[in-house]
Amino acid sequence: MNNRYFKYFIVIFLIFTFFIFYYGLKKKNFYTTEDISIKKFPNLILNDFYTDSTTSFDDILKGSNYYLVNIWASWCLPCREEHPYLVQLKKNLSIKIIGINYKDKRDNALKFLDEYENPYTVILNDKDGTTSIEIGAYGVPESFILNEEKKIVKKIIGPIDKKKFNEIKKLIKK
Amino acid sequence: MIFNYLGNFALLFCLIISLVIFITSIKSLNNKNFFLKKSLNELLFLKFFFAILSFSSLIILFIISEFSNETVLNNSHISKPLFYKISGTWGNHEGSLLLWLLVLTFFTFFYFLNSKNRPTDERLLTIMFQEVIILGFLFFLLKASNPFNIIYPVPKEGLGLNPILQDPLLAIHPPVLYLGYVTTSIVFSSSLAGLIKGNINNLWAKDIKKWVFISWTFLTLGILLGSIWAYYELGWGGFWFWDPVENISLMPWLSLTALVHCVLALEKRSILHSWTVILSIITFTLGICGTFLVRSGILNSVHTFANDPERGLYILFFLFFLIFLSVFIYFIFEDKFKLNNKNLNVFTKESSIILNNWFVMYFLSVILIGTIYPIFLEVLSNEKISVGPPFFNKLIIPFLIPFLIFMSIGPNLKWIKNNHFTKKLKLILIFILSIILSALVSKFFGNATLNITILLAASFYLFFITIKDLIKKGFKNYSQTISHFGFSLLVLSILLNSIFSNEVTSNMRVGDEIKFYDKIIKLQKLENTTEANFLKLIAYFKIEEKNKTELVLEPEIRIYDKPVTITSEAAIKTDILKDRFLVINLVKENEYLNVRYQEKPFMLWIWISAIIISLGGIINIFKKNE
Repeated sequence: MNNRYFKYFIVIFLIFTFFIFYYGLKKKNFYTTEDISIKKFPNLILNDFYTDSTTSFDDILKGSNYYLVNIWASWCLPCREEHPYLVQLKKNLSIKIIGINYKDKRDNALKFLDEYENPYTVILNDKDGTTSIEIGAYGVPESFILNEEKKIVKKIIGPIDKKKFNEIKKLIKK
Repeated sequence: MIFNYLGNFALLFCLIISLVIFITSIKSLNNKNFFLKKSLNELLFLKFFFAILSFSSLIILFIISEFSNETVLNNSHISKPLFYKISGTWGNHEGSLLLWLLVLTFFTFFYFLNSKNRPTDERLLTIMFQEVIILGFLFFLLKASNPFNIIYPVPKEGLGLNPILQDPLLAIHPPVLYLGYVTTSIVFSSSLAGLIKGNINNLWAKDIKKWVFISWTFLTLGILLGSIWAYYELGWGGFWFWDPVENISLMPWLSLTALVHCVLALEKRSILHSWTVILSIITFTLGICGTFLVRSGILNSVHTFANDPERGLYILFFLFFLIFLSVFIYFIFEDKFKLNNKNLNVFTKESSIILNNWFVMYFLSVILIGTIYPIFLEVLSNEKISVGPPFFNKLIIPFLIPFLIFMSIGPNLKWIKNNHFTKKLKLILIFILSIILSALVSKFFGNATLNITILLAASFYLFFITIKDLIKKGFKNYSQTISHFGFSLLVLSILLNSIFSNEVTSNMRVGDEIKFYDKIIKLQKLENTTEANFLKLIAYFKIEEKNKTELVLEPEIRIYDKPVTITSEAAIKTDILKDRFLVINLVKENEYLNVRYQEKPFMLWIWISAIIISLGGIINIFKKNE
């Protein structure tokens, strides 16, 4: 083996590795369940539940002081528990409720909305559940409360109960 | 508040002193009288002192929960127990870097004190390279990850430490690993200095040997602590997952293991000069490379740390600066090796050490490729893959077999020439015995594949040979025999563990029973309690076995409030022969519990054998140089 060519090879290989790492860094890589409180809510693009047209969060998050993004599914029992609170919140005009339907069958979800009341202004569809993981959800149900600037001010893991409902009311009154 | 400034200014002083040392060490190289060695000593101590000052300021900030400090805010809160407030200091990115710096300054000072018998040139050059590394870390700390950033207005409560990091094992795991990594920097700097001065010879090896053993021992123990933590805390019942972060800690260990053997060969026989230097460079740069891969968020793994591209970019540049620096120094000064071309005979210690090196290099490249290939692929083709255990098992297990056999025979060979290979008969007898034993084990007790059976035979072989060596040779070279014995025990325990492990998974309510072989597992009751910073759900299980005492296991689910995280605490009953491992998880509707019961034989022996392996290193550190 020619020693000099071997040296060139090593140097070229190292430079190559450097650039791979360099471009690897530039790639977004957020497929992790992390706590994103105080962070800005990412601009997600999902399909609308009813019309199936692509909708971006930037279009939805307009015209309200607070937003509640609620991840739900018809198969999830605790979602039924928290439902009445969401319906009550709907009456409050300073908060807009957006639903993300998580890994659900369309028919079941429609039935669910028929049976109870539909508290959501917009429902988006997350069929394979990846988007919910990307925004840092641990499971269903889960809710994010965003302020006017789309920053996450509260994250509720699990169903909204009476205590949490009062906390939300207090928060949006401020 | 005052400690924020104190810590910050101490870091700035460190930077200034470090620059002064760097410049004076260069100047003193040309003119020996330029700077008295004594004052260099004092400067190194002063820098160490300021590093301590800075680090203790951070500890105090954590203890008094001073939330005007950004690091404290992000990683602590008032209700956290004092112990975890303190360990939280290095449980985060900024604090851990500060700890790294502290250890680095300490060892640089310590090296200078303990290298009086080395040529002055070499010492100064070593200090110079150390300062390059220290300056790199200091700039990084001050610019991209300052632990003393002040927040105004002062928040009332912190965001808390990730609960899975609230574990006594994890409080000592990073410092021990760091001690290992940082000492490799001394080996790295010293080998570059020796290379430039043409000093790489048996005397150099004799002096650097201690450092190699220190870092090897700490790395071994650090990795051990990490896997014990994974076993007890992550609740998957495994201790090694071929997770990228684990691989990253294993790679420097592998090259360091090869280096340990090379340094000994260099000391005893004046061979393997280039191997020694190259391995020193590889070990240290792999350590930094690990930091880069972990801290930049370029990899995805169970250990997700702060993902900050700016930091990643900085470490990337620093890493490649060090790599290119050392590669060019190596290429330029490579001719300075005073090589005495000795012919190597086939059956000698030397040749088995070289063989060992190639094997270790092979394992290293498998792990390296498995770890960084996904990054290459994603950048080049936008495809996401993850490389899992099957890849590593397939590529490593078959090669462990010859490796173990050479490991048994190698130490029994002589240096230079092996004239009387008379122990042949005994070696072959033990070999046959091992094959029979492993065949029996896999035939009657488990359903092991052919590969595993042969591997079992090879590790039995090493096991018996090392026992024979221990009895026969007594105290001659016993540190080596102990480490090899520990390694055979480790492979044996891992193999037997994987062959004989059994488990059952089921969803259970209170009152339910499941059968597991001749045992009955009963879920008796559930209990809720509130602790300082988490809610606790305890499940009481009774395991009944015929003609044996009942065993009660109490696994827990903990719901931490800051940040809100649910963790499962496995209930583990450890015996000499097997571990009983029970873990519960909440099922979505909360009516049922998901229960997983595992019986894992020889778990305890995996930990014990890793301790035995590192014991060999500890003996070598304290052994007097003959």
